Amino acid sequence: MKPAMKTLLRRYRFAALTLLVLGGLFLVDVALARQAVSVTAFSLREMLLVVPPIFILLGLLDVWVPREIMVRFMGEKSGAKGIVLAFTCGAAAAGPLYGAFPVAAVLLKKGVSIRNIFILIGAWSTTKIPMLLFEMEYLGPRFALTRLLLNIPGIIIIAWILNRSLSPAHREDLLHRAGELAGK
Amino acid sequence: MTIAIYAAAILLLAVSFVKDRSKTRIALKKAWKAFENILPQFLGVLVLAGIVIAALDPATISRIIGGESGWLGTLGAALVGAITLVPGFIAFPIAALLLQNGAGYMQIAAFVSTLMMVGVVTFPVERSYFGTATALRRNGIAFVFSFLVAAVIAWVHTI
Repeated sequence: MKPAMKTLLRRYRFAALTLLVLGGLFLVDVALARQAVSVTAFSLREMLLVVPPIFILLGLLDVWVPREIMVRFMGEKSGAKGIVLAFTCGAAAAGPLYGAFPVAAVLLKKGVSIRNIFILIGAWSTTKIPMLLFEMEYLGPRFALTRLLLNIPGIIIIAWILNRSLSPAHREDLLHRAGELAGK
Repeated sequence: MTIAIYAAAILLLAVSFVKDRSKTRIALKKAWKAFENILPQFLGVLVLAGIVIAALDPATISRIIGGESGWLGTLGAALVGAITLVPGFIAFPIAALLLQNGAGYMQIAAFVSTLMMVGVVTFPVERSYFGTATALRRNGIAFVFSFLVAAVIAWVHTI
């Protein structure tokens, strides 16, 4: 087998495995399998709709915004300003959490500190502003605001723990992965 | 929101193109490369999420969380939240419905919190970016944190 073909197979083995499981599901429970296919089709459409402009914006950011600026605003020495900025970026974002990881990769490559990356991931996951309004409407302001008030310090503490627990080797690995995945 | 992102992307792309064509070409190449790098994981996650969501319909979720109370119900709720991957605008109405049908605030809070912070289904994507150890740690801490959130929200609703 050609090496290129081999790499392709290796890269897609997880996707192939899930398809295999889905195929197996058709043998066990056709209704459930049909339901799974329609859910997958729906989220695939959502992904193809939401994700492309995010990647285009990331590409532009990568090319046009100098590293020094990102370092100054959200780098190791950015202090409270960096925390607030990382939090705001995450909270203002749109789209599912898996959209946050490519953003994190490009920002890491641009010199944003690892702690601030985890703050952005945390805010993106659970304190998105449009979602907050929705949560207040359905579960009540007491529920939504309590969660928000706990999440703000919670996210910062989790980011701090994650950052502190990284060994130098892990840190190196993280930055290397970011460089590779963001398309050098 | 999607329209706003598209508008921003198109506008900035146009500005970039006018200012520097070759830089714009590099930006688009990078965008495609970054997308193509993660596409296999994205596809796998979408199929996996489809299977999980189909299996865990609202009726099943309410069987696990609903009515039940105490920490065991909360643990079940947290697990269901961690595994499922549903956007908030679908999850909140379900959560509200479960509340009306007798689920406690503690269970619902655990469910909502792990739903958003913990991603079992998206783990393969997260792992490619952060590595296994860090991705495990982030999800683990977020899972434990959700119990704190659940306890406080339950307490807040008693006062």
